[in-house]
Formats: sequence, C-alpha cells, structure tokens
Amino acid sequence: MLATLLGLAVLAAILGTLFLEGFKGWSWTTFTQSTPAPQSEGGLLNAIFGSFVMTLIGIGLGAPIGMLAGTYLSEYGRRSKLTPIVRFINDVLLSAPSIVVGLFVYTIVVTTMGHFSAIAGAVALAIIAMPVIVRTTEDMLRLVPTSMREGSAALGAQPWRTITSVIYPAARSGMITSVLLAVARISGETAPLLFTALNNQFWSTDLTKPMANLPTVIYNYAMSPYENWQTLAWAGALMITVFVLVLSIIARSTAALFGAGRGGSQ
Amino acid sequence: MVAVARPIHTRLKREANAEMMFRWATFCSAALVLVLLAGVLISLVYGAWPALSTFRFDFLTTQIWNPVTEKFGALAPIYGTVVTSIIAMLIAIPIAFGIAVFLTETCPRWLRTPIGIAIELLAAIPSIVFGIWGLFILAPILQLHVQPWLIEHVGPWPIIGVLFQGTPYGIGLLTAGIVLAIMVLPFITAVMREVFLVTPTSIKEAAYGVGATQWEVVWDVVLPWSRTGVIGGIMLGLGRALGETMAVTFVVGNAHRISTSLLAPSTTIAASIANEFAEAVGKLYTSSLMALGLILFVITFVVIACARLLLLRLESGGNKRQV
Repeated sequence: MLATLLGLAVLAAILGTLFLEGFKGWSWTTFTQSTPAPQSEGGLLNAIFGSFVMTLIGIGLGAPIGMLAGTYLSEYGRRSKLTPIVRFINDVLLSAPSIVVGLFVYTIVVTTMGHFSAIAGAVALAIIAMPVIVRTTEDMLRLVPTSMREGSAALGAQPWRTITSVIYPAARSGMITSVLLAVARISGETAPLLFTALNNQFWSTDLTKPMANLPTVIYNYAMSPYENWQTLAWAGALMITVFVLVLSIIARSTAALFGAGRGGSQ
Repeated sequence: MVAVARPIHTRLKREANAEMMFRWATFCSAALVLVLLAGVLISLVYGAWPALSTFRFDFLTTQIWNPVTEKFGALAPIYGTVVTSIIAMLIAIPIAFGIAVFLTETCPRWLRTPIGIAIELLAAIPSIVFGIWGLFILAPILQLHVQPWLIEHVGPWPIIGVLFQGTPYGIGLLTAGIVLAIMVLPFITAVMREVFLVTPTSIKEAAYGVGATQWEVVWDVVLPWSRTGVIGGIMLGLGRALGETMAVTFVVGNAHRISTSLLAPSTTIAASIANEFAEAVGKLYTSSLMALGLILFVITFVVIACARLLLLRLESGGNKRQV
C-alpha cells in the first residue's frame, strides 16, 4: 500500500543520500589523520579511536552487570516480588531519553572529577547499554528448556553451576546477540557524550581527558559553516550507519540461527 | 573414610559459597537497575534545585530565557517539545497503521519478511544520521518548495492559517516534527504489526463471511480487538519523540521563543540541553537546564510507563486467552 511505499521510499532516500555524500569524504586520509582545522586537510582517526575505546569500555562495564541482572530475572528471581518491578523499570529505562543519562553522568562523574573525560562518556554508554542487555539476556535464557535445568539439578549441581555450565553455553549465541545489539545501540549515541566525553581536536589516549568521538564530531562539523568539515561529518555518519546496520544484521541472523537450532533440538 | 570425606566436605562448602556469591552478584545487578532509576531522579532533582527554588512555578509559565540576566523559564522548550511530538504523531500514526495493515493483511507472504526487516532497519539508524539528513536534504527541500506553497495557499485560511505564516526558514517546528515522525515510525509499526497478528483468524474470517470488506474487517474487527496494544505502541512512539535529542537539535533552529507559526525556529527541552549544557556558565544556568532535564524525564517516564503497562496488560491477557 501507499504507506509502505512511502516508508520504504524514505528509507531509500536517507540511505541513498548518505552513501552519495558519505563516500565523497572517504579517502585514505579520513582513516589515517586526526580531525583538521577548518579548511585544511585531515581525517577522523582520533574520533574513530575515541568511539571505539568508549564503546569498548561501555560494553565492558555494562555487559557483565546486565547479564547478571538478566540471569537474576530469568533464574533466581522467578518467584521474587522484585522481578516484575525490575523488569518494568528496565523496560522504561530502555526507552528513556539518553540525554537525561548524560545529565546524570555529568552530575555524578564529571562534577566529581572536575572536568570532562572519556571515562564519563564510557559510563554514560554503559548505562544506556545495560537495559538492552538485561532485556535480551532474560529473553534468551528463558528459551533454554526447563528440562536442562532439572537434568543438571538431578546430577547434584548447585544452581550457579547449572547456570554457568549448562544454561549459558546453551544460550551462547543469544547472549552474543544481546551484546551486539547493545554495541549497535550505543555506537551511534550522541546526546549523552556531548557533555561527558565532550570532544577533542587532537589525538588523545588519556581516559581522564576529553576524547574525540565520531557522534560529537559529526554533530559539531555538520553544524559548522566549513565545507571540508561538513564533508567529514557525512563521511562519519556513513561510517557509523554502515557499522550499526552490519551489526544489527549479524545480530538478527545469529538470533535466527539460535531460534532454528532450538527448534531442531526439541 | 575420614580422609575421603574431608575433601568432599570442603568441596561442598566451596560450592555453597560460590553459590551464595553468584546469587548475590545477580541480585545486586538486578537491584542496580532500580538504583539507577532512583539515582537519575535524585541527581536531577539535586541539580535542578537552585533553579526551582529561585523561580518556583514561574519556571513553568514564563518563556524568558536570558543567560545574561539569569532569568530562565521553561515554557518555550516545553511548547516546542509538545508541538513537535504532536506533529510527529499526526504524521506517523496513519502511516504506521497503513504499513501494519499492509504487512498483516494484504501483502504477499514472501514480501512480508523483507519489508518488515527494511522498516526495522530504519529503527537501527542512529538519530544523528536523521539529524544530518534533515538539515542538509530535507530542510532545503521544505524551504524552497513546500513551505512557500504552504505560506501562499494555506496561510490565508482562517484558524489553521496562523500555523503556516511567516518566512520559510527551512528549519523549525514543522521540519523537526517530520524528522521525528520518520524516527518513531518503525517503533509504532512494529507494535501495531505484532498486535494485529494476534487477532484470532476465526473472528476475521467470520467478518469476511458475513460480507465485510477488507477495510471493514481492519477498522471494525481488528482495530477494536487490538485497541490496547495500538494505544500502547503509539505512546511508546510518543515517549521516543518527546525525548529524542540529536535529530531535533539539528533541525529545530534552537530559538527560545514561542510563535504561532509552525514554520518558525523554536527549541525543545532535549535540544536546549544538548545545545547549551556544555557551554553553560553560572550555577543558575546549569541548574535551569537540569530542571529542564527533570521535566523531560518525568514526562517521558509517565508516558513510557503507561505504554508499558498497557502492553503488559495485553501480554498477560493474551496468555490467558491461549490457556
């Protein structure tokens, strides 16, 4: 119908212009040099590095906690009164505005440290990643049949052994999916980084200092009047989009494989 | 016997300890979700307190936003947030409804999955990409072609005409609303499609059986049946639209004023925070932006919580029906 065509047309229009404009900015220097001054040559290397580091730390912090919380919701807390509340709040946090998370991290990390830093940015990303992982982990663990839990318990295994050596391996691809989805979600996040990691014109590996990152660079450069900055913004936008789309497609196919595997084994 | 029993005993004890530690770790992580919510709320109230205690209720009712004289009022951003979200919903709801109906009723089976995936990919695109697209592609088109037409033809109309007067800036409330509509479309579509799918085939067939057209089946049978879910999906989309930051910041114009025209630049709560927070000097300025954040958080929390409750009710209702 008309509505569907319109939806698909918009998707095509966005991706089309993105590829057209983005590729103009893709060159060797884009990946090998740091962000330039207005109207001089340069690339996005420091921003790519910064995004990579902060996403990595964000996931490193958010994933274990999220997985443990998901484990509680699916395993230990099945009959707990806390479980429905945590699940509900987690769902709300999942769609809460990310800029508010930025304000929160600004209050607790940036004002405590006294200045903007990459650490603060990573913490903000971790807080955004966590609800995604909690939700997906719980869903995936619930797919593991009860008979496997019972079988393990019958062999005399404590619940934690059952969870770590039976349930986690059984749900492995599901848990990988949850992490991939979380990476896809946070790698494009801009709002919480604006006033936590801030931005940095230069190459920096110091986590306690402001660090460049792709989303903030895209934002600043797109709003600038300089043409070479705008080109770089498009290049960066294309980079993030390709990365995120590839990740979500991989996540989707692992999830599909997982579902098919489950169906086959039963 | 004792020699054998002792290692087993210690091993059992170690297992039990590990069990307790693991259980605690999972419990604490789950509790952290609640702590996080409380922490966000407390830190926002704490940060917003200087502004709220200085301006009191005037903060919600004045539209002055002057960092120099340190007078701040939240009316303009609140107005902008509400208006852009309303525009987004007005555009997105009918289109999402159309797509959902198409995907569940009329679409050939082999086409359903690819189109479904394509619409969901729209949801995966980072919001900043929508922003940059809105600024460089959509805004010029609106400025050169759509807005002059609106001003010329719709502007003179009574009552609604007021909304379409002024200068075609390209950026402004209308543009922000359109970009938001594109962004929330996949979320609303996904929920609508899901609830349309659970409508029992038997009652649809019964309706077709008594001679109902496809439109009548969708409008009079499927929609009433899935009403709760549809409203839940719409509110979920609304929650997104209210809190969306980057896409709006690019195209809304960032001007702290209220004008009747939808074509005029304005600002939203999220856009004000994104635009000004890192550069805000002075305690009252920062605190006022925090207060904006608090307002945004409370509004979106209520909207999203209602949406989730509706969807939750639907879920448990659906289970009962299956049993």
